Amino acid sequence: MANRVQVGAPGTLILRPPATVGVAGWVRQNLFSSPANAVLTLVSLWVLYVTVPPLVRWAFIDADWVGSTREACDREGACWVFIRVWFDRLMYGFYPESEIWRIHVGYGILAVAAVPLFVPRFPWKHWVGVFLLFVYPVIAFHLFVGGTFTVDIVDLLAGLALAAGTVARFAPALAARPWSPRWRSIYPAFAVVALAWLLLGGRLVGGPLLPVSATLWPLVETRLWGGLFLTLVVASVGIVGSLPLGIVLALGRRSELPVIRAICVAFIEVWRGVPLITVLFMASNMFPLFMPEGVSFDKLLRALLGVTIFASAYMAEVVRGGLQAIPKGQYEAAQALGLGYWRTMGLIVLPQALRIVIPGIVNNFIGLFKDTTLVLIIGLFDFLGMAQAAASNAHWLGFAIEGYVFTAFGFWIFCFGMSRYSQHLERKLHTGH
Amino acid sequence: MPEPAPPGKPPAWQDPRVRALVFQALAIAAALGVVAFIFTNTMANLRRQGIASGFDFFGTTAGFGVSMSLIEYAEHHTYFRAFLVGLLNTMLVSAIGIVLATFLGFTLGIMRLSRNWLVAKLAAAYVEIVRNLPLLLQIFVWYFGILRQLPGPRQSVSVLDAVFLNNRGLFSPEPVLKPGFTAIPIAVAVALVAVFALARWARQRREQTGQHFHTFYVSLAILVGVPFAAAAATGFPLRWQYPELQGFNFVGGMELIPELVALVLALSTYTAAFIGEIVRAGILGVSRGQLEAAQAVGLTRGQTLRLVIVPQALRIIVPPLTSQYLNLTKNSSLAAAIAYPDLVLIFAGTVLMQTGQAIEVILVTMAVYLTFSLLISLFMNWYNRRIALVER
Repeated sequence: MANRVQVGAPGTLILRPPATVGVAGWVRQNLFSSPANAVLTLVSLWVLYVTVPPLVRWAFIDADWVGSTREACDREGACWVFIRVWFDRLMYGFYPESEIWRIHVGYGILAVAAVPLFVPRFPWKHWVGVFLLFVYPVIAFHLFVGGTFTVDIVDLLAGLALAAGTVARFAPALAARPWSPRWRSIYPAFAVVALAWLLLGGRLVGGPLLPVSATLWPLVETRLWGGLFLTLVVASVGIVGSLPLGIVLALGRRSELPVIRAICVAFIEVWRGVPLITVLFMASNMFPLFMPEGVSFDKLLRALLGVTIFASAYMAEVVRGGLQAIPKGQYEAAQALGLGYWRTMGLIVLPQALRIVIPGIVNNFIGLFKDTTLVLIIGLFDFLGMAQAAASNAHWLGFAIEGYVFTAFGFWIFCFGMSRYSQHLERKLHTGH
Repeated sequence: MPEPAPPGKPPAWQDPRVRALVFQALAIAAALGVVAFIFTNTMANLRRQGIASGFDFFGTTAGFGVSMSLIEYAEHHTYFRAFLVGLLNTMLVSAIGIVLATFLGFTLGIMRLSRNWLVAKLAAAYVEIVRNLPLLLQIFVWYFGILRQLPGPRQSVSVLDAVFLNNRGLFSPEPVLKPGFTAIPIAVAVALVAVFALARWARQRREQTGQHFHTFYVSLAILVGVPFAAAAATGFPLRWQYPELQGFNFVGGMELIPELVALVLALSTYTAAFIGEIVRAGILGVSRGQLEAAQAVGLTRGQTLRLVIVPQALRIIVPPLTSQYLNLTKNSSLAAAIAYPDLVLIFAGTVLMQTGQAIEVILVTMAVYLTFSLLISLFMNWYNRRIALVER
């Protein structure tokens, strides 16, 4: 009689509705709302029962964790000793052990520099961006490659002046104080002279004027690079390199000039239409043929070029999405103010468009990050390639699964984290309108 | 008072039309310059290495064997035939993958929308795990981690003693066609035509008179009945040949090499995760008002689904779905990593190595994939035009 409550006139009984609150209510509503649902729930529970406990037993309870030889793995479960022994290889490839600190310093600078980007309202984000996109790659290159480098002080000064001048000309907001209008009229001539000097100066005067060479640390050839480090290098270079190219292609595709539009559309659609693996085959087999005699570049550089070209086509489509999302009124307002094409794009449209497409760029990065595994097919030992190589080592046969689980874990952490971040950005940017 | 200067013609370099022409001429010149640079270098390099360019190599004897072929192929056949073998194998793996991925993907999408909390969460976990892992890793896990670790033929995993799975591949019964079988495909074709005609007639009648006709059940009856009648009339001209263990391997039946099985499983489970999200978004994209309107005019649950939800959801689903199909086809090129003899492994791998014709081989390979994507985008444009909303 507990379920029956007397209401109204004596003698009229109605059933109390089933509970909808508390644990029992939740289970009833969400798991057993109908016979069909109950069956589904039981099937799901069975699936979980069949998969999860054996997995936990294999990965944790029966696993071997300590030791440094194959003989340490004598139990039924996973052999994490395998990962422990190969850990450095999986992280850094064949990078000399005494030089690994350089990779750490590179990661460290990146991490420290990137922190402000995640702080809302950090005032100098622009400068951090400029540092990450233009300065950091130079530092990272010298850190990771090393060896003797020669710099002509004159070239260096010319380059710095050109960079500073260009920033002042096109992004006055970044400069500390407003630059005089006269600068604007001098700039083109200045830029031409500086560029010409950088490209031809050395040849004209028959050698560097004020050469300075230094060896801070020994050279590490790129064929020694590998593991997660190589994966990160390929993915980062691909995404950073594809950004400018992708922006240019996207602008070209929306251009009113038919020839430029046709060239850009053809470029984008060709690279989007073929699988990355054929692009990598092309890069490793055909690029050497394209270059004049005597010019050769190593396998990694070829792969990087291939990946960058491939990624730029996808980047172009992402940026185009952003350009199309900018209301026509913005273009018209810019024209009404008398701005030309480049200033309309540079000052009005692109800053807004690039902001909206940040989540798209992050998604592109996730895809590229996963796709970098393909470089193992042309013989580079990335994270997965290194795990594959370790598993086929004669002393450690039979532990392929452990290697895959470990790499899967690494990839998953990165990709899942980034996709969550991109969803967060999407929500944040969405509320702005 | 001096007259203000009349607004003369602006200098040529400020005239937008002149500028447009100059920019485009520069773009053409730059493009041609790049092409010419590459072309002259390539020609010089090829001359130095003594490689003759051209497509003559297609006609010469290939001289290598292939582990799986849909058409007759042996070492004495030409490179062109080897190319065809690879192309057909790529198409085979893509076709099977697309069918399986579609089934699994729609199931996942519907599971994610289930009111059953556990089912929805399981599907969500599957999607989040699978789509955040590199496809190549998943192919390796299926191939090296699972299929190659299976026991040998004597300890095969078997399903109903008809399908056997072991480290040599998947063995299943093979249909053997007896004379008189041709009647059955003809019967199927006749049934299909009849069903289409019936559906057309029923729709016209409904639009004119408002009377409903049970097209579905009648069609089902026709589709099952006519071929069955034909089969019965010809004495069921189809037998199954079961694989049998002889010595160290199975004989008879249909054999799928483990590379194909691993590739199909990896491609379809990976793509299904993306298709599941597309299906879910498509169904959620149908506005709630449509559902409520359908209930208000008194449609049953089945009718609401069939006449209101599905047609509108498909409008959202099909374009991204086709691009997933294209992705699957392009991703099948990862076959090269586990030595499944697809276009990339046979042609861009073995043929390239043997002939040294890098440029021709890679251009042809790319052209094949470009043709696939062109066909898919043509279909997509046609479909989009067909289903485009006609607004007032």
